Amino acid sequence: MTNVSAGAKSMTIGEATLWPLFAVLAFLCLIGAGFAHDAPFAFHASLGCAASIAAAFAILNRYYDRPAKPPPQEINGRPNYNLGPIKFASVAAMFWGIAGFAVGLIIASQLAWPALNLDLPWTSFGRLRPLHTSAVIFAFGGNVLIATSFYVVQKTCRTRLAGDLAPWFVVLGYNFFILIAGTGYLLGVTQSKEYAEPEWYADLWLTIVWVTYLLVFLATLVKRKEPHIFVANWFYLAFIVTIAVLHLGNNPALPVSVFGSKSYIAWGGVQDAMFQWWYGHNAVGFFLTAGFLAIMYYFIPKRAERPIYSYRLSIIHFWALIFLYIWAGPHHLHYTALPDWAQTLGMTFSIMLWMPSWGGMINGLMTLSGAWDKLRTDPVLRMLVVSVAFYGMSTFEGPIMAIKVVNSLSHYTDWTIGHVHSGALGWVGFVSFGALYCLVPWAWNRNGLYSLKLVNWHFWIATLGIVLYISAMWVSGILQGLMWRAYTSLGFLEYSFIETVEAMHPFYIIRAAGGALFLIGALIMAFNLWMTVKAGEAEEARAAGRLQPAE
Amino acid sequence: MSQHDDTDRVSGRSTTGHEWDGIKELNTPLPRWWVLTFYATIVWAFGYWVVYPAWPLVSGYTAGVLHTTNRAAVTENLAQLEALRGEKMKALGTASLADIENDPALLALARARGKTVFGDNCAPCHGSGAAGAKGYPNLNDDDWLWGGTLDQIMQTIQFGARSGNAKAHEGQMLAFGRDGILKKDEIVTVANYVRSLSGLSTAAGYNPAAGKTIFAENCVSCHGEDGKGNQEFGAPNLTDQIWLYGSDESTLVETITKGRAGVMPAWSGRLDPVTTKALAVYVHSLGGGK
Repeated sequence: MTNVSAGAKSMTIGEATLWPLFAVLAFLCLIGAGFAHDAPFAFHASLGCAASIAAAFAILNRYYDRPAKPPPQEINGRPNYNLGPIKFASVAAMFWGIAGFAVGLIIASQLAWPALNLDLPWTSFGRLRPLHTSAVIFAFGGNVLIATSFYVVQKTCRTRLAGDLAPWFVVLGYNFFILIAGTGYLLGVTQSKEYAEPEWYADLWLTIVWVTYLLVFLATLVKRKEPHIFVANWFYLAFIVTIAVLHLGNNPALPVSVFGSKSYIAWGGVQDAMFQWWYGHNAVGFFLTAGFLAIMYYFIPKRAERPIYSYRLSIIHFWALIFLYIWAGPHHLHYTALPDWAQTLGMTFSIMLWMPSWGGMINGLMTLSGAWDKLRTDPVLRMLVVSVAFYGMSTFEGPIMAIKVVNSLSHYTDWTIGHVHSGALGWVGFVSFGALYCLVPWAWNRNGLYSLKLVNWHFWIATLGIVLYISAMWVSGILQGLMWRAYTSLGFLEYSFIETVEAMHPFYIIRAAGGALFLIGALIMAFNLWMTVKAGEAEEARAAGRLQPAE
Repeated sequence: MSQHDDTDRVSGRSTTGHEWDGIKELNTPLPRWWVLTFYATIVWAFGYWVVYPAWPLVSGYTAGVLHTTNRAAVTENLAQLEALRGEKMKALGTASLADIENDPALLALARARGKTVFGDNCAPCHGSGAAGAKGYPNLNDDDWLWGGTLDQIMQTIQFGARSGNAKAHEGQMLAFGRDGILKKDEIVTVANYVRSLSGLSTAAGYNPAAGKTIFAENCVSCHGEDGKGNQEFGAPNLTDQIWLYGSDESTLVETITKGRAGVMPAWSGRLDPVTTKALAVYVHSLGGGK
């Protein structure tokens, strides 16, 4: 009361509008929970109500605790970077990563030993599989992308992240979406569209969060202190914009009731399939490729302390990649009811996509020229570089599999699963691990990682896991494809379906073993990062001082 | 420090002069092989568009000079298959079961066809090797619930057992315990008697005379006085070593207490007559056909 600064304090526009909005949202959710037609909807509405109340309180609490002035844009002429949301998203990424890898291991084991479905609806493969894919792609990958994009855009624009509450809204809102989506899968709530399973209300919420994400990113770019926009930011922007377009294009749906979790998608039949795979393929192209290329473009040169190999290549491959990727979706629908001409376009654009994809690989790998020796001493850099190698491998395999004759063998087999995981574990996983190993010490202001030796263990265990995983799936996929198409001389199918399932069994065990190794690696990483934040002081710094190889 | 030094010392290349958080970019030209390969894929794509259906038009699409379609390819594949096996399958359709048994070529054809049908329809219960499972008979042996001749197997496949089909095999093992026909100790006694029929050991304190009496009063009408079963009711032979549900005392007590009525679906509406015939021949040929 006598505090002068408290008297001068007033709410920002964000604070003054957001907390009442959350209060209204809490009330609406309460009504939704009361009138709900099904239990999952009531549960989600209750979660929404609790989260809204918590958000309103957090905003008010923060207002009463904060100084009268907003945080300064600069301190002593240096940008006052906003690291809080980045830290939260980094921790969330590690948490969801381990959860997603663990669920992946469970469903891989269920395929080898079906009894592990436990005959319960919540633990059946059909519900856990989308939980796995969403947890690793959207929860793990998404949080890595949000954390790194918020970090990179600040550092390369030399300015504080735009917005005060908005970055927090993005990070917390996105993770709340994950919570709704994931619990929905377990309770049987799904649109049944691959990688777009969340129902209408989760989709609406994600739309709000994602548009805020776009605005925060754009506003930060606008107030940049650098004359040019760094290449990583082109890729981040392409990722954010395109994911918004894909999300809106693939998800228009009519709810059966505003008080129920079921909706019906606006598209039908082959049009729905076309939209679905336009979405699905470009989720790969813009979420898992463009987004993580952005990570590559910042973290590899930064860690290697070398300039990016070719500016011109980065421009050409960026525009070629985003122009060509968007057409390639129909290769997921070869030999279906999709018109022949659409299949042709999907296939040919996939082939033309090969070099634009490899442009990123060349720029990533060649940036190491003059610094290759660092691979011997720095397992973090090694992880980043190997991720680029896996990227190159799977972006070569992708166009090959898009060719119709190859696809006639590979489609619907485990080869597809192997292909996806060489990209997911090798590229997305490793580049994310590498980025987090860099980001955590930077964001928490530590000299370096707790232990480079543990990074080395993580690297080798996870690499072995990936090799086991993808080679098992290649063999099993090709075997499966050949068995399905084998005819006897009398003109009958050589194998029944159940015989092909029996033939897959050993490979499913190897695959599960590979997944287990990958999970173990991630647990080692979590421990290492935890100790880095907790204890800080770095073996890395000491090793750098001694100038000795880590081995 | 070196604002004017835009050359990277390691590669000898100039940089673009920009710097973000310490990161610079080299002015390296596009790798030649990269550009050429990119062009090659584009040229190839244009060529492919000329040859195959490719671009949508206001109505219709560019059909390509070869005028190929997926549908035409499927039709052609099906025609090839028809050419390969159509005539032979017709012969199989007109031949009787006995004819097929006596003609090696027809027999081989029926068995090949039967094997694929078995794998996709019968294996879920009987196993892909037809060895059966608990409650699902082994089809490789010569112990048949409903008869093992070609005609009997054909009959069973077509109409099933307790399937609801009007021509299905009927008859079931009664629930002697649940329905109060036999008391618990009587069931244990007769279970031991049943074990003794095939030479299995009996429990201590078992009374053979009582077992024989209970069996004679309750079981012989279906399983026969000698316990050798009756294919008319699907009543299993109790004197051999083959057990559908198990031969240990507790399983036998459960069988006698609750009864058994395993279902085999009727396939007559799902498989066409020629396919059913081939399947019957295949099952008959597995080893136990009579």
